Amino acid sequence: MRLTKLSLSLALGLSSGLLASTAAFALDTTALAPKDEKFSFEGPFGTYDRGALQRGYQVYKEVCSACHAVNHLAFHNLTEAGGPEFTEAQGRALAAAAKVPADPNDKGETVDDKGAPLMRSGTLADHFPSPFPNEQAARANNGGALPPDLSMVVKAREGGPQYVYSILTGFHQTPPAGFKVTANKYYNPYFGGWNISMPPPLAANSVTYSDGTKASVEQEAHDVVTFLTWAGEPKMEERKRMGFGVMVFLIGLAGILFAAYRKVWKDLH
Amino acid sequence: MSGPSTYNPKSGFERWLDARLPLPRLMHDTMQTFPTPRNLNIWYTFGGILTFCLGIQILTGVVLAMHYVANAGLAFDSVESIMRDVNYGWLMRYMHANGASMFFLAVYIHMFRGLYYGSYKAPRELIWIIGVLIYLLMMATAFFGYVLPWGQMSFWGATVITNLFTAIPVVGHSIATWLWGDFSVGDATLNRFFSLHYLLPFIIAGVVGLHIWALHVPGNNNPLGIDVKSPQDTVPFHPYYTVKDAFYLVLFIILFAGFVFYAPNFFGNPDNYQQANPLVTPPDIVPEWYLLPFYAMLRSIPNKLIGVLVMGGAIVTLVFIPWLDTSRVRSCRFRPLMKQFFWAFLVASVLLGYCGAQSVDAARFGIPLVWVARLASLYYYAFFWLIMPIVGLIETPKKLPASIAQSVLGDSAAAPSPLPAE
Repeated sequence: MRLTKLSLSLALGLSSGLLASTAAFALDTTALAPKDEKFSFEGPFGTYDRGALQRGYQVYKEVCSACHAVNHLAFHNLTEAGGPEFTEAQGRALAAAAKVPADPNDKGETVDDKGAPLMRSGTLADHFPSPFPNEQAARANNGGALPPDLSMVVKAREGGPQYVYSILTGFHQTPPAGFKVTANKYYNPYFGGWNISMPPPLAANSVTYSDGTKASVEQEAHDVVTFLTWAGEPKMEERKRMGFGVMVFLIGLAGILFAAYRKVWKDLH
Repeated sequence: MSGPSTYNPKSGFERWLDARLPLPRLMHDTMQTFPTPRNLNIWYTFGGILTFCLGIQILTGVVLAMHYVANAGLAFDSVESIMRDVNYGWLMRYMHANGASMFFLAVYIHMFRGLYYGSYKAPRELIWIIGVLIYLLMMATAFFGYVLPWGQMSFWGATVITNLFTAIPVVGHSIATWLWGDFSVGDATLNRFFSLHYLLPFIIAGVVGLHIWALHVPGNNNPLGIDVKSPQDTVPFHPYYTVKDAFYLVLFIILFAGFVFYAPNFFGNPDNYQQANPLVTPPDIVPEWYLLPFYAMLRSIPNKLIGVLVMGGAIVTLVFIPWLDTSRVRSCRFRPLMKQFFWAFLVASVLLGYCGAQSVDAARFGIPLVWVARLASLYYYAFFWLIMPIVGLIETPKKLPASIAQSVLGDSAAAPSPLPAE
């Protein structure tokens, strides 16, 4: 019933404009416009930068995955065309390194001698494991805040990749005079309200890239945003490729039909 | 104009079939020889385009329904699974989602065309009224469909819209509870919305059949708004309008494909890529763009019940247009005064849509948008209930051409001559 009341007052508020009035703050803490970072996947012919995807996966694995799940990705996605395109052997190795919850063993047990849940090595078919068993555990470990699943984070935020990039690179700035950073929160002017629960996740050399790329905060952010964009839109390259073929066909068809239209109607005028 | 049938069965089988189920005769008379005014312009191609849109929505929708799971716990993930794991699932879903926007884009052009050329006037009142019914069914179907992905905007949009019924005195809350099948929007609501979302398109298809049937009795109106007077004024539907409709349909599909392949989330709201959460209300609840003008009307009125009535009345008003317009002349081409009010109406509709997309307390150039929405709503009603009846009586229309043929071919061709060879 509480829910009903909540939604009711919401609908009432919307139609009556009650939601409109909020106390005027001295400081406007609207999020800054995202930085204008350029990515390889933009534009009608843009594709994901394979290197950035593989490095981005490394950043996710070694940094983000401590708190954030990417439940919609499976390990086999890492080996598929249009993605990071790890080889199948690499994909198997990456999956095997992950521990996922196991089925009950042949005695019907779900926990080991010490009471810990039974785990097994991952396979290509497994989805990425979550860092926490449930929402309560996630909140308990993050000062009450819930780290969101990142599968669609780029599509689920106004501003998309530029927004996520700006958040990741928007820490370590001096707040303007008069702005009070809430306890256990961090100042980030690209986040609405400027107080974000996530501590600065990236630092220079948070990861060591095997391809020799210098791991600056900007580079790490750029790579992981490329990875997360792919995580949300894994069929983008296939989509744009098919779109080009469809467009060529349709424009050709339109040309033929226009000629037919002109010819059929010529006698009438 | 439907006239006597010219179908002539050629083979023995066709004669046999014609005596039992004259389907070929129907196709021949309605899609081949049907006499169509020779002066129909680009705005008349949207009827065919809309039929295409309905077909695409049904085809892609049937495939999506094979993979979608109507369960509050599974729906969101099942849509993502369609996007990732189903072969060409992303294509089906993006076509379906953008197809809805394309459908409404086409229907709005189709409706404004009907308004401008007076296509609702006698003897075409029923075509218009059936059209309004189709539009209403489309809005219901689109609303149900938008709930199915079970994202944040799905859930909160459904909550706001179904809560409108609570504005009804005495029985409002019971009606809302009955609609939900629960005490709030939840799994029961999602299941019935899925069922209705699957059902309504087939009802739309049936009513579209009536719309086309009713069209084939008086025949098409045309940009001049004058009646067909001689065979010279018309051309057979095939090949003249089949080829013209096909050309413009392909142009429309190019636009459609542009969104599907290159900007598939252009019309979407980012919040809908977050799973529905009854405990977290998004800062701004916005419906899909095609419902925004009505949403703006609703929000601009402080009293909930009156707001709901104004919004509903805006759609019901459309039914009465054939009798609200008192003009003897159909087409705005010959109505210098009405033409200006028409364009102002188009501007008011777009303004309403714009206001509906902004937050309630927004202002532009120092003007609170809620007042812009109020004035635009007022104009919306005034346009139909005051301007249409009054202008029809006081306006002096321009001189109408003698015939369609004369207007198209000039005076020299007005003399009777045989139809161009088919």
